[in-house]
Amino acid sequence: MSKKMEARSLARKGKALSPPIKSSSVKKTKAKTSVPTKKTRDQKRTRAFTQYAPAPESSKVVTLKEKYDHYINGEFVAPSSKTYMDSINPATGKVLAKVAVGNQKDVDLAVAAARAAYNNVWSKMPASERSKYLFRIARILQERAREFAVLESMDGGKPIKESRDVDIPLAAQHFFYYAGWADKLEFAFPGKKLRPLGVCGQIIPWNFPLLMAAWKLAPALATGNTVVLKPAEQTSLTALLLCEVLEEAGLPPGVVNIVTGAGATGDALVKHPDVNKIAFTGSTDIGKLIARNVANSTKKLTLELGGKSANIVFEDAALDQAVEGVINGIYFNQGHVCCAGSRLLVEECIHDVFIKKLKKRMETLRVGDPLDKNTDVGAINSKEQWLKIKELIEIGKKEGGDFYEVSTDAPTQGYFQKPCLFTGVSNSHTIARTEIFGPVLTVLTFRTPDEAILKANDTPYGLAAGIWSEKGSKIHKVASSLRAGVIWANTYNKFDAASPFGGMKESGHGREGGLQGLFPYLEIE
Amino acid sequence: MSAITLSTSQGKFKIPHYPIDMVGIEERAASFTKRSIKNSSKLEALYLAIEMTDLTTLEGADTVGRVKSLCAKAISPVSAEYLPLLEKKALPAIPHVGAVCVYPAMVKTAAKCLQGTGIHLASVATSFPSGQLDLSMRLKEVRKCVADGADEIDMVISRGQFLQGNYQVVFDEIRAVKEACGETAHLKVILETGELKTYDKVRLASWMAMEAGADFIKTSTGKVQPAATLPVTLVMLQAIWDFYQETGKKIGMKPAGGIRTAKQAIQYLVMVNEVLGEDWLTPDLFRFGASTLLNDILRQIFKQATGQYFYQDIFSLD
Repeated sequence: MSKKMEARSLARKGKALSPPIKSSSVKKTKAKTSVPTKKTRDQKRTRAFTQYAPAPESSKVVTLKEKYDHYINGEFVAPSSKTYMDSINPATGKVLAKVAVGNQKDVDLAVAAARAAYNNVWSKMPASERSKYLFRIARILQERAREFAVLESMDGGKPIKESRDVDIPLAAQHFFYYAGWADKLEFAFPGKKLRPLGVCGQIIPWNFPLLMAAWKLAPALATGNTVVLKPAEQTSLTALLLCEVLEEAGLPPGVVNIVTGAGATGDALVKHPDVNKIAFTGSTDIGKLIARNVANSTKKLTLELGGKSANIVFEDAALDQAVEGVINGIYFNQGHVCCAGSRLLVEECIHDVFIKKLKKRMETLRVGDPLDKNTDVGAINSKEQWLKIKELIEIGKKEGGDFYEVSTDAPTQGYFQKPCLFTGVSNSHTIARTEIFGPVLTVLTFRTPDEAILKANDTPYGLAAGIWSEKGSKIHKVASSLRAGVIWANTYNKFDAASPFGGMKESGHGREGGLQGLFPYLEIE
Repeated sequence: MSAITLSTSQGKFKIPHYPIDMVGIEERAASFTKRSIKNSSKLEALYLAIEMTDLTTLEGADTVGRVKSLCAKAISPVSAEYLPLLEKKALPAIPHVGAVCVYPAMVKTAAKCLQGTGIHLASVATSFPSGQLDLSMRLKEVRKCVADGADEIDMVISRGQFLQGNYQVVFDEIRAVKEACGETAHLKVILETGELKTYDKVRLASWMAMEAGADFIKTSTGKVQPAATLPVTLVMLQAIWDFYQETGKKIGMKPAGGIRTAKQAIQYLVMVNEVLGEDWLTPDLFRFGASTLLNDILRQIFKQATGQYFYQDIFSLD
């Protein structure tokens, strides 16, 4: 560094100030010569500062077990099959721990425990007591936030910045929020008689492991149900760490049971005759399968499925902030977000200027070690998903989209995909219709608000949409015509426990969060 | 707000309305504070921040003695007896600051002190801080400052005229001041963002100033609260980028007032790096208007070098 500094100071001493711009020539020089006129006096070089030295969050706060068992009736129970599966750290491709594989017997045991807890304890408990447990869980989550955040990033590959600032705080917020409702349900539904459903089977995805567990558990417990939860096979660890929190909070045994495993375990839960409700978040294909399996039963069902959400940028938007919204919409959590703004609809007259700004901003995204506090884009959750994204990118290229990938470095080991986008795409292309669930943005254009609405709705999905305009009347008009469960105006991917979330069409049915999030867990008479 | 039309002797031109979303810009600005800058990156940023500092004294009570002492601090920010501590760690000596910034009456004194040091001499001018004075007298003040040895002029815009919508007046004034600066002096245009209040107006004022020939745009006089903030600086940096895209001209940025800690300074540098890029990470295109900032940077540098914090009194006040 010392040499560089010397060079700098020499350059400064010998320099003349840049020649003043003659005021009379201000307009003339405004020609389209948009190339830099001259380099700065110092020779162009990369400063150490701009590289941001590594700032890894310590993983010492996490104590990993060698293997994890099911959590049934307040105890860790070995799987009856005695088989365990690997939980992989996607940033390294290495095994983090072994996790139990649940079979029919394990599910039977868990459902029986939940039933007993429902009959003997949880449904009889005064609501004000139930709410105390939820408050306790929320507070302990906050206290152990760092531990959860680090484990979430290790297990799922998401940047620590996001698990620290989004996943874990929001998970705690959900418990706080529904703790507040537990003893006020009669005010939520005045004049109605309310009853819990009984035993709920909950199956959650790998993109927000702890947060999705919180979304499912908090309203179910607040309304007096007991639960058997199955985390995604790729990311079971934070849900299993949550068991420690439940114990610490003194939650009665059997109220929450966790059975780990893959599709077969979930299938056993869905088909179990003594389960009263299934809540599922995941892919649309599995959602359809579950709906078919539940069809011939009395089980209630809510589904939170895939999406291909449109982020619509009008010419009168605040462009730099819209760029941020698009970035946040698609590159947040590596694009593993069911409501990701994966289709950018940009008004044709600003397409070029907007894409230029967008690409420049993309170049500042830092791809790398999920535990580094400066990482913006972490690892793709699993090898399987990584291969799927690569395949869809190839299809996009073949179908004629213009592909752009950021030039920044990405680690060579582990599963990483640099942020990228396709321009010149039309709505009939595969990448405009299929959910990619990765950091891949598809850019389409429109000419009028009507066309924007038409294109935004031209999808089997209907989870979310974003509208960017500084004109309030336009926002309201467009929003009322969009077939999507969540619509953001001049922001994107904004979540709050008090706000309902859910989809239309093939994105599922039922709402989570807010007052509406209580509905699916209550018998309302 | 809508597009405004301005005219020069060459004809009319338009400045299109470029809306800023308040919530969005503040969120983005806050995101820069989440960067964790450590070790070699931090150290380089700290050294750079010293070179970018416009060490400032703008008090009614300024005296020749006070200005002399400030200039001495500008030349050697830290007493020579501590420099071996840096040498031991193979760190470069502490550089001098970018410029000294004083009132017009103090320019001669400062010019004498700074001669041959390579430190620039900035003078606030144009009836700083209010600017409420007849233009001809303001121009006279600028010429006097330049004649006395200032090579950077920090002017204020007429906020009253701007808020009345008399954009042409403000534009013409900046052009006139630029001309008064002549060939030798750089012009920094202070928008006094704390009085313009909305980000939309800051964007417009930034653009007008750059069109009128500003070499730098600057947030504040330091006499009005709030002075520099991250979001307001971000609005100006984005304007600078867009102006560069359109004209190929690189305009400098100077946040001033309210930046007191090394941590804050690094947050600004992160923002400059990510919005404008490395080309702007030079005192030629980025400055801090500050006074107490310098000592905090020094403390942090010595902390990095020795592993311990020095107590305040080690570093002279000025």
